[in-house]
Amino acid sequence: MEFPLAILVGTFFSAAIYLMLSKHSVRMLLGIAILGNAVNLLLFTGGRLTREVPPIIGAGMETLPAGAANPLPQALILTAIVISFSFFAFLLVLTYRAYQELGTDNTDEMRLAEPKDEPMPPIGY
Amino acid sequence: MAATPSTPVDLSLAFILTPPPLGNWLVILPPVLMITLGAVLMMMRHATRLHGLVAVPGLAALVVLDALLLWKVAVEGPITMVMGRWLPPFGIAFTVDVFGALLALVSAMAALAAGIAALSDISETGRRYGFFPFLMLLMAGVSGAFLTGDLFNLYVWFEVLLISSFGLLILGSEREQIDGALKYALLNLLGTTFFLIAVGYTYAIFGTLNMADLAVRAREVSGAPLMTLAGLFLLAFAMKAAAFPVNFWLPASYHTPRLTVSALFGGLLTKVGIYALMRVMIMLFPVQHEAWSFVIGVVAFLTMVLASLGMLAQNDLRRLAGYAVILGIGNMLAGIATGTVSGLAGAVLYALHSILAMTALYLAVGRAAALSGQFTLSSLGGLYQRAPGFAFVSLALMLAVAGLPPFSGLWPKIMLVKASIDIGAWWLAAGILVSGFLSTVALGRVFLIAYWRPAPAQAEGKMPAAAAGPDRPGGSAGWLSFGPLVGLTVIITLFGLFPEAPMSLSQTAAIGLMEPAAYIGSVFPAGGRP
Amino acid sequence: MNTLIFRTIAPFLTALMLVFSVFVLLRGHNEPGGGFIGGLIAASAFAIYGIAYGVAAVRRALWFHPMAVAGFGLFVSTLSGLLSILAGVPFMTGLWITPHLFGVEIALSSVMSFDIGVYLVVVGAITSIALALEEKESD
Repeated sequence: MEFPLAILVGTFFSAAIYLMLSKHSVRMLLGIAILGNAVNLLLFTGGRLTREVPPIIGAGMETLPAGAANPLPQALILTAIVISFSFFAFLLVLTYRAYQELGTDNTDEMRLAEPKDEPMPPIGY
Repeated sequence: MAATPSTPVDLSLAFILTPPPLGNWLVILPPVLMITLGAVLMMMRHATRLHGLVAVPGLAALVVLDALLLWKVAVEGPITMVMGRWLPPFGIAFTVDVFGALLALVSAMAALAAGIAALSDISETGRRYGFFPFLMLLMAGVSGAFLTGDLFNLYVWFEVLLISSFGLLILGSEREQIDGALKYALLNLLGTTFFLIAVGYTYAIFGTLNMADLAVRAREVSGAPLMTLAGLFLLAFAMKAAAFPVNFWLPASYHTPRLTVSALFGGLLTKVGIYALMRVMIMLFPVQHEAWSFVIGVVAFLTMVLASLGMLAQNDLRRLAGYAVILGIGNMLAGIATGTVSGLAGAVLYALHSILAMTALYLAVGRAAALSGQFTLSSLGGLYQRAPGFAFVSLALMLAVAGLPPFSGLWPKIMLVKASIDIGAWWLAAGILVSGFLSTVALGRVFLIAYWRPAPAQAEGKMPAAAAGPDRPGGSAGWLSFGPLVGLTVIITLFGLFPEAPMSLSQTAAIGLMEPAAYIGSVFPAGGRP
Repeated sequence: MNTLIFRTIAPFLTALMLVFSVFVLLRGHNEPGGGFIGGLIAASAFAIYGIAYGVAAVRRALWFHPMAVAGFGLFVSTLSGLLSILAGVPFMTGLWITPHLFGVEIALSSVMSFDIGVYLVVVGAITSIALALEEKESD
């Protein structure tokens, strides 16, 4: 079961990297979103995949049933989802504001903080 | 529901049953204090006048707590507290050794200075946007990152400090800030995502994320793709620390916010990356670090030399200070590359110096701009005439940043050069010296032009007006902004004149990283590991 | 979006979602659910109300500023972690009391107050982001 997921994770990563290589901030944002999901899937796969053996200690049992998935990566994913969700929301607002304020979503043209024609410092006086 | 098990359960298999000594609470209190104060400040968001009155004593309390913690750790060795009294490695552990406590204390001092400077620098609008709550949460993230003993928890603290730094970065929502913040946010988020990938692989390989546990297991495991893992960690933390090929977000963004915010960022954020890099590469993966050390050395060399060239090429004082931050990162990386106790001690000492000196340098830039109304070297001038005391403080700071005696920059550089020569890496030593020389030239020119040179005629008329207006580009010129600057400079000077105590503490920190037996012993007191 | 049908339904939908969010929050103790997902449901309830009646109406209805709500949640969560200092156990250890009210055993714990804090943080933070986005659209 891990093999198809590994391929899926790889596909996600390549899509994310392709999108993030773009100049346009909206595409980069989408790339970041896909990257977050790729990492979550990766963590999920790292916790072993089994069918129909939930990691729950039933009544009268003292330990997990044999072959159950490791629940900890799922807890990690939950945290990571929360964090990536809030970052995505923040970045969405930021990108939107940047588009409004700067009038472009092309990062090549966002030269406000680093102007192209900045003079060299004086050599002496 | 508190489930009552049908069969009697031996609780000691899962829980720590002895109550923790009250002193151990010091481990958890710094981040908890900061989060609580941040929450309180968020609740009273309209009483902006009270923000400073809560935040500054809070930061002072943080300094006291961190000092107590350092004293306790230096005397008794590393201490641990595990959340929810689960036995380690199952519970999330907070473990503090001298390395973490030292950096936490010094960064709290820098934050206190920036907090006092903010009282006059951050306007009513900035406070309404939430400067002080964000400052508290930022410090929660920074202290948490320095004090935690769990890799995933470290990731969470990274994110806490990252999201509060976003908030601080776009405080005024000016166009320039949004431009800088977009690049900062995208690239830093990418860096933490790499960190998360590495954490995921770490768990997949070792089945634990507790640092003490990992330190033991990484030395036992063979055959796992640990080189790749260490490489991923290296990339992630190099991005956070602004090392050469992945550092272009720093000069693009650090000059855009208010100068007090820049001072905080320049002092603290990159050092958290350096801390994590040392913690992971030296303590957890020493074997892999050995193999990567040449790469780290080359990165360090390029970071230093290119940063010092960047300093020479900048006309804007704030961007020059940004390259000065990167220059320090290169020096620390050189210490990490050597992998010897003296090199690591040099890197730790440099980190302490850099936290204080960079915060002070940005504050000085802010004051220079407040006095003259601009940031560009080509139109600055006459600062010595206007404020001789401030010129004297600035000169001291510049000498410290360039690493000249008698200030704090000298000692770590000596240790780093010696450590590099000891392992035969003469090129690394040459890099440190050449970049130090170039930065001396760059900073010397700043002093010559901005301070010695008489004020240029064309700017003469508008200067007083610019300095008095409500939208001054720098901070205010009052004592409230000068005091912290003087305080930091005094600390830097004392640090340079009496380096024995910080030196021996850094030595202890480096030894603790190289031989983490005490660290592991504090997490697993009985010596038994499940 | 702003049809008569939607505007008539929206208050009921909001109220229903808020009740459901509290149910999910309290259910999260031993079953799927919890503070985060409950908070998201509540935040989307406010977002729906905002779409129907405008951002100003939501802010009036909330009374407190969303970020202040988030701050209060953070405060509650931290305090529930710190309670364990009084019991002599490490930070964030769950503490339980089970008072009997009208013959019913009610289990109260610091875990629950922590989760309520998380709920409030999520409600506050996500609502303030959603309201900021909705405000942008209207102007």
